[in-house]
Amino acid sequence: MNTRLSAITLNTFREAVRDRVLYNLIIFVLLLVASAPLFSQISIGMQRLILVNVGLSSISLFGVIIAIFIGIGLVSKEIEKRTLYTILSRPVRRWEFIAGKYFGLMMTLAVNAGLMTLGFYIALFITQGVLKPADAWMLVSIYFSVLEFLMMTAITLLFSSFSSPIFAAIFSFALFVIGTFADDLRNFAALAQGVTKWLATGAAYAVPNFASLNVISRVAHDQHIAGKLILYNTAYALLYSAAVVIAAILIFERRNLK
Amino acid sequence: MKQTRKNIATAALLLVGCFAGSVFALRAVDESRGNEATLEEVLYLPSSKMLKRLSLGYSGLLADIYWTRAVQYFGSKHLQHSQRYDLLYPLLDIATDLDPHIIVAYEYGSVFLAQQPPEGAGEPDKAVALIQKGIRENPKYWRLYFNLGFVHYIDRNDPRAAQEAFEKGSEVPGALPWMKVMAARMAEHSKDPGTAAALWEGVLQTSSDHSVQNTAKLHLDSLKADLDIQELERRIQIYRERTGSLPADWAAMERTGLLHGIPLDPNRAPYKLLADGKVEVQDASKYPYLGEWLYNQERPY
Repeated sequence: MNTRLSAITLNTFREAVRDRVLYNLIIFVLLLVASAPLFSQISIGMQRLILVNVGLSSISLFGVIIAIFIGIGLVSKEIEKRTLYTILSRPVRRWEFIAGKYFGLMMTLAVNAGLMTLGFYIALFITQGVLKPADAWMLVSIYFSVLEFLMMTAITLLFSSFSSPIFAAIFSFALFVIGTFADDLRNFAALAQGVTKWLATGAAYAVPNFASLNVISRVAHDQHIAGKLILYNTAYALLYSAAVVIAAILIFERRNLK
Repeated sequence: MKQTRKNIATAALLLVGCFAGSVFALRAVDESRGNEATLEEVLYLPSSKMLKRLSLGYSGLLADIYWTRAVQYFGSKHLQHSQRYDLLYPLLDIATDLDPHIIVAYEYGSVFLAQQPPEGAGEPDKAVALIQKGIRENPKYWRLYFNLGFVHYIDRNDPRAAQEAFEKGSEVPGALPWMKVMAARMAEHSKDPGTAAALWEGVLQTSSDHSVQNTAKLHLDSLKADLDIQELERRIQIYRERTGSLPADWAAMERTGLLHGIPLDPNRAPYKLLADGKVEVQDASKYPYLGEWLYNQERPY
């Protein structure tokens, strides 16, 4: 990674870490994970299941929320504070600025996910008294959540590169919701006919598919996740994110900043 | 300037390449997921009460999604000629819990549930439970009583319960007068295939869905063919009593005056006369419910 890119990446990370909202969310997630054993007191024989569902869902959801709320301000905040002009007046290319912002936010999210994972496993250890080999499958679900963040960060950055923070948040959240129902959209496309089929199929591939990245219910029931699925999901998330980041770069390259 | 254009073109090419790659990767993801699909995962959340809370007030939207999933599930199983439709009732139950006024789910869902496999789930009792739930939630919708009477009569072979359903339905303000007629027919001609035909005719006339209309037509054709075959075999017995042998062809029957012309099935194809005096249709695939009525008559309900 060149020095300009790494400088923007690290600065984005530092800025995000200094952000109070970020700390609040981490504390909230840790509280939620810690309270899961309390929730399970009111149910029978579900202690571990509730903890896993609450913990993994929190990691995924809060990661996405962080990605959206930090991501929407990545470009607009720099324009608002006029720091963007200082950056771009130096020998920094626009694509380096966007890519640096992306990697910086991803770094923040990866660190967040790591902290949340630690909290989750501590809660699991407290609940069970021991960590079993089957508990390692939870890491696959967390890894898939990180892939989800990869895509969500790219999407937020794309919207952030041309619209206001509020609209970027609305668009990103809407796409996240659509992405969670991507399987339904493709089932619909498969059953449709004629032009509707083509349109629905196009839309189904254009929106992110988060359905295949959600394996929380399966790992909660100790179900095996195929190696192939991990590999293909990784390839999908990387390629899709790359396509979206390139689109963001193309838009930002042509944006009039005067 | 030239360099910038080149960079943009490269970036655009990369974008297209990455997006195309993501489509292929997603297809590979689908293949590796195999049969494990959304529908199987749906039931990890079998509680509609929990779903209703999670929907944050958008339970109507969620109900539509569940109803769509039920239709997709039924459609895909139907195409596979499946003998089992395990998730159909839970999906319908969740959809109708989320939105108790989703009438189509009761009307068509009960048809999907009641028919024998592979045409349906073969669970008429669950179909009855679904319609009764619909009636509880929508007491003014008289057509649900028709659906209830229909399932009781056709799929459960319980004319008394069917009569009760038609009678109750006829008391709902706005119900068509033929609900009373149907109740009377249940009482008088409970084992009459003509009554069954009248019920299917009712479905054909009242349904706006193409696939339901098609099913009703197949049932009507099969019933008509059943009645024709019964009548033809009765006449063959008369021929045998008169001549001491079975007819070699339809022409032999015509000569004795027992028939006027070659008998044709509802699809205008001539019936087949077998050597043992039995009668069959030319193309059985056009009559998937052939013999069902006779089978139903013998069921000890």
